[in-house]
Amino acid sequence: MLDERLEVENLHLWRGERHVLRGVRFALGGGGCLEVTGPNGSGKTSLLRTLCGLMYPEEGQVLWKGENVRRDLPAFHAALAYLGHEPPLKADLSARENLRFWIGIRRRVAAADLDAALERVGGGGWCDRLVRTLSAGQRRRVALAGLALLVVPLWILDEPTTNLDTEGQQLVGSLIAEQLARGGLVIAAVHHGLPATVRDVRRLELPP
Amino acid sequence: MSTFGAPAAALTSVAATDDGAGVTATASALDATRLALLRDLKHAFRKRGQLVQPLAFFALVTMLFPLAVSPELSRLREMAPGVIWVAALLASLLALEFLFRDDAYDGTLEQYALSGQSLTSLMFAKTAAHWLLTGLPLALMAPLAALSLGAPSASLPGIVGSVAVGSVALSLIGSIGAALTLGMKRSGALLSLLTLPLSLPVLIFGARATQLAISGGPLLAPLELLGALAVLGVTLAPLAAAAAVRISLE
Repeated sequence: MLDERLEVENLHLWRGERHVLRGVRFALGGGGCLEVTGPNGSGKTSLLRTLCGLMYPEEGQVLWKGENVRRDLPAFHAALAYLGHEPPLKADLSARENLRFWIGIRRRVAAADLDAALERVGGGGWCDRLVRTLSAGQRRRVALAGLALLVVPLWILDEPTTNLDTEGQQLVGSLIAEQLARGGLVIAAVHHGLPATVRDVRRLELPP
Repeated sequence: MSTFGAPAAALTSVAATDDGAGVTATASALDATRLALLRDLKHAFRKRGQLVQPLAFFALVTMLFPLAVSPELSRLREMAPGVIWVAALLASLLALEFLFRDDAYDGTLEQYALSGQSLTSLMFAKTAAHWLLTGLPLALMAPLAALSLGAPSASLPGIVGSVAVGSVALSLIGSIGAALTLGMKRSGALLSLLTLPLSLPVLIFGARATQLAISGGPLLAPLELLGALAVLGVTLAPLAAAAAVRISLE
């Protein structure tokens, strides 16, 4: 039986003249949550993008289920959901259309599931409006609905609570808690800590 | 043990469905390509202004020639192939800048690269959308330009055919240039410098086919060469564009 497990060994990343990641290492098993903290410019986003396989580290490797992710990136990506700074939404499509295409490219999704996910993030009233007319918080909520709909074991989140109100932050907390409860892994870069509903969080502090 | 990839239970927290629907089947490559194409088409029709620009440009440029050169039909007819093809090339270049730019800004390309689907087929879908939105309309507008340049009406099918096939190759060549210049702020000029030299074979055979269509000669040979260029583009360009996009994301 293959257990979901992410291991990071001695990761070194250079961006031009800057040594951004200096020997990052950790291991995270199913149900584990890792909070990546550090001041601005300490390489939180670079770490997350390296884990995703978007950036190539100069040294070290990322292992998924014990295998270097570079050996089969598509398989690793199929198990991964990454949310960056900006919700990956097209301004001239509605929230619902955005989800239909974004999620549909990865997995079959029923219209009822789409509705339920949008309802869950409080988008029932505005999900048919063009994304350009939505507020930053509403866009973030659409991205969260997408995250939940992907149903993948590994979530990599960059500042998931940005622009969200108190209720929205609790929503992030409960989504993460559910993901952990079903044996998933969550790695999140945060400035202010994850919502309190997420327990047993491990912390990785990046030096400035 | 975890529930991922297993039927549905994982979704219940989100969807609360009790009908057992919502099996987490991954989308096939074909589905993904189709959806990526649909997404681009739908998005383009929401931004009609951007869509019409290259076509209006093409119409204007071809109509300027009778005014600027001479209204004499025999002279215009001689120039028609060159004018139509240069205008089509520049119009398709104009639309090229938008091919990946929005997607790079809003994170769509990143999600494509991380989708677990083949980035090459997603790039193919994007290029196909680009052709449907510029190449095909240009081909359909070419008769208008040809008539204003004094081409006989019998030549129109040949002209439409050559522009339609040639623009496939132009879109594909352009997609490589557009992907390579993704990381740059003001990439317009560089994009032209990269793309125009590579487009020369298309220009040469396209203009030749159009010329033969106007003079009533056999245009099968240049058309076949255009087709060969297009096929070569289909097989290689999405691969190159995907590699360039991956580099731009790093």
